[in-house]
Amino acid sequence: MKKDRKHLSVSAIKDGTVIDHIPAEKLFNVISILGLDSIPNQITFGTNLESKKLGRKAIIKIADKFFKETEINKIALIAPTAKLNIIRDYEVVDKRQVEVPDEIIGIARCMNPKCITNNDSVITRFRVISKPRISLRCHYCEKITDQEHLEIL
Amino acid sequence: MIRNKSLVSINDYNKEDYLAILDLAEQCEARPVSNIMQGKVVATLFFEPSTRTRLSFESAVNRLGGRIIGFSEAGTSSVTKGESLKDTIKTVSNYCDLIVMRHPIEGSARYASEVSGVPVINAGDGANQHPTQTLLDLYSIRKTQKTLDNLVVIMVGDLKYGRTVHSLLQAMSEFNTTFHFVSPDELKMPGEYKMHLENLGLKYYEHKDFTNILPEADIVYMTRVQKERFSDPMDYEKVKNVYVLRSNMLEQTKPNMKILHPLPRVNEITEDVDDNMKAYYFTQALNGVFTRQAIICSILGLDQK
Repeated sequence: MKKDRKHLSVSAIKDGTVIDHIPAEKLFNVISILGLDSIPNQITFGTNLESKKLGRKAIIKIADKFFKETEINKIALIAPTAKLNIIRDYEVVDKRQVEVPDEIIGIARCMNPKCITNNDSVITRFRVISKPRISLRCHYCEKITDQEHLEIL
Repeated sequence: MIRNKSLVSINDYNKEDYLAILDLAEQCEARPVSNIMQGKVVATLFFEPSTRTRLSFESAVNRLGGRIIGFSEAGTSSVTKGESLKDTIKTVSNYCDLIVMRHPIEGSARYASEVSGVPVINAGDGANQHPTQTLLDLYSIRKTQKTLDNLVVIMVGDLKYGRTVHSLLQAMSEFNTTFHFVSPDELKMPGEYKMHLENLGLKYYEHKDFTNILPEADIVYMTRVQKERFSDPMDYEKVKNVYVLRSNMLEQTKPNMKILHPLPRVNEITEDVDDNMKAYYFTQALNGVFTRQAIICSILGLDQK
């Protein structure tokens, strides 16, 4: 009975991607990072839903959209707890745990204003030195950008 | 392993590489003049002036019989015409066998090494890295102490922004070093370096002044406390005379103790120290030539024998 109600709050899509377990406060960041505010696909989202793990979570359903790995990496940086369900013909055909990769290229900004990546047209590149609380070491200036200062390009 | 590889950061080399360079530097010191670089051209690209470092590299190359091209400040290069770093490096790498580069932007040397057709030696990229300084520091330490293992190193002055102390800490952490950090609160060793030592199980101690730790030291590494690092000039006035080494402070120190300084010195070591046997900073600068000869020979694959 309870399960049915849950279904009502997040109506099913035929084909596409469901991004679940987004920390509620990150919902609009995720929307903006993935550029969901400027695609023609049908999108439904819910936020401040109850979650045992996160307290309050958000969920996004995007019809007819399947993400590339680099796009998923972008989500992982700000919502490492997010899970992706890939839907085909109403069935979950694949589940993916979003994972922070060991190397991040061209997604985040280096927090060092004197870094070459902030002064020249050089694509940013980092080694991830801590997870899940993100800490990135710049491949160029070797300075550390922590979660607090993390800015997505 | 080192051959044909750029040297951008001290982290590009491991312990074995350090020791291989130091061994070769010893050979260079024994025979500083040769012709093994005949026909080789080194470009010294100094986008900001650093007379000391540039002359040391140029002396190293000249004594090995190599040739130098380059510029000593960005004003005399095509940078003033708006050329990008990438274009400068790509062009110059056609003209030489090796690039030695100094640049104010952090990470510029790594980027240069990625676009260059020849190896790049980083001669300082802003506050980031200056690996040849670290290797010459290691050479000076090994030469004076006959070992790099189990030493007590006191680092003094600006430990927050000083790239030389950060790189030296990283390199010496391979040799079971005990560290003492002497600095004002504003310029303490950053947490990430202390964490690095903790992860390796190495001991370090922090002090606000010299107190009575000098007698424990094998190496005292002095750096300059710069006025512009303080937001409140009063804070600088309070500490400016605390981090000064004077001759009378050396009385109780170990006979093997040596004082190093990356230079230029301003007033943090009084001139009466210069005549003391324990003052080593000018010889340290000479060691820089041998160490740079060794690095250049290793990268170009030239046999010193």
